[in-house]
Amino acid sequence: MSGGATRPLGELAKTVRSKNAGVDKITFDIIFRERETYELVKRSGVLTRASVAALYRIPEERISDFVTFDPALAIKFTLYRTRPSGSPGDADIFGAQQYAPLLDVEVPVD
Amino acid sequence: MPAHTLRFLCPNGHLGFAPLKTESFRLGVDTGPDFILADSGSDDIGPGPLGSDTSTSPREWQRHDLEHMLLAARELGVPMIIGSAGDTGTNSRVDLYVEMIRDIARRHALAPFRIGWFYSEVAPSVLREKLAAGEAIRGLDGRPDLTPEELAATDRIVAVAGIHPYKALLDEGADVIIGGRSSDSVIFAAPAIRAGFPEALSYYLGKVLECASFNAEPYGGKETVIGEISMEDVRVTAVHPAQRCTVASVAGHAMYERSSPFYEHVAGGRLDMTHCVYEQVAEKTTRITGPTFMPSEGIHVKLEGAGKIGERYVGFVGIRDPYTVAHVDEVIAWARQQVCERFGDDGYELHFQVYGRNGVMGEMEPLKDRPAHEVGVLVFGIAPTREMAEEVAITGTRQMFYARLPDVKGTAGGVAFPLDEVVPASAAYRWTLNHTMQVGDPLELFPLHLDEVRP
Repeated sequence: MSGGATRPLGELAKTVRSKNAGVDKITFDIIFRERETYELVKRSGVLTRASVAALYRIPEERISDFVTFDPALAIKFTLYRTRPSGSPGDADIFGAQQYAPLLDVEVPVD
Repeated sequence: MPAHTLRFLCPNGHLGFAPLKTESFRLGVDTGPDFILADSGSDDIGPGPLGSDTSTSPREWQRHDLEHMLLAARELGVPMIIGSAGDTGTNSRVDLYVEMIRDIARRHALAPFRIGWFYSEVAPSVLREKLAAGEAIRGLDGRPDLTPEELAATDRIVAVAGIHPYKALLDEGADVIIGGRSSDSVIFAAPAIRAGFPEALSYYLGKVLECASFNAEPYGGKETVIGEISMEDVRVTAVHPAQRCTVASVAGHAMYERSSPFYEHVAGGRLDMTHCVYEQVAEKTTRITGPTFMPSEGIHVKLEGAGKIGERYVGFVGIRDPYTVAHVDEVIAWARQQVCERFGDDGYELHFQVYGRNGVMGEMEPLKDRPAHEVGVLVFGIAPTREMAEEVAITGTRQMFYARLPDVKGTAGGVAFPLDEVVPASAAYRWTLNHTMQVGDPLELFPLHLDEVRP
């Protein structure tokens, strides 16, 4: 990064969400309103398998899928859970509140 | 050649979890759809309902939606199809819905109609025999293949149906179908394929309609949407006056709650949405072309299974002393040690979730070193009997009060109790099966039934 201006992903994206994808995985969707913003974030390289693994403090092997999906202007990745949804010790049966750290990811906008 | 187009009305996804909205449903019914359909199941709700053979949805809400749908379907004289009855699609849930349909028909003195239903439960003995015969039951999503031990820990299993039982019941002339566990999309795909439309568009139709207005914007669930299939395309339209199906909302839905936005697996093949083209063709309507469908070699049926771990009690404490907040892991370790001294190292489970620090995200929480000024600790005790679960939970909860932190100022009690006791919760289960099994006949796991409903 050049030390230039940045904006948090939470301001740039229309939707940032997480949800179960079956009982063993949680999937994350980051969806943009305008193609320009979507392309900007894609190009910035702040969201990759490696950066997401670092953000969530997990090994990269726990990321089963990482794709960009042009028709929906979306970046999407999926994690393996360490225990199936709803097992004792799982605090998020729907996987619905795991996206919050993504909101603070700073995206260079210069 | 099939009819020029067919129109499918879906008022709700996961029917029963929250009631359908009647205003947009009525508007949709007034347009005269050819089918009225809703999926009623989800594995999002955790393993408890399947394991204990219960619904998480209140009966009144299930009945509310079935009543609206049945009355509309009989008024229009079109088929009504429900998949994955009662959250889990177990046999008891199918029977529950069939009985509700009969009762609603009686109360409204509806003219006679034919009801079809099928079951999805698989007896553990069936899988035991398959394993004994050397057949593999393949794990999904990184799970190992099924072992006899894991099967023995399983209380209840459902197989996830494809289009086959729905198609067969429609062939038999069913006016109303109550399905056991099924892939969400197949309740829509079955009648479309049966009418002669291409498989790819038919499965896509199901994929885009299965959660009703989740494919529309602005966000708002439980509103009616209508999908229309032709030989060339699928068109999906929001019915609620304030909602639209846009390219963004429809494409966005393709990736909802699945690991890949490109593929959808069903018994019998795989829908590929990689080359879908989305076009806004009217204010509230988006047109989709370009999905493909790849039939599989053999029929692979997904299996879901849940097994009981034990009875469960929960307790809760709050902590305000900043020193104790900073050392909450030591407080927990103390309480855990007291439980170990009483019950030993195993034969029970004890879990602590620290809200205000990392209660929601656990080890994935990036801010777990920055707890709030106060935290709450939720304690779960799980054991073979209710008595033991209660004692595990109360020991784990109350002993936090007595934790021995070296420099704590408050020596009259280390935590705050909003309740003096621990409270019983639902029994603890876990998902034991997320597997697939090959079958020779796509109907072999799904026995069909048909009956006439008369006043």
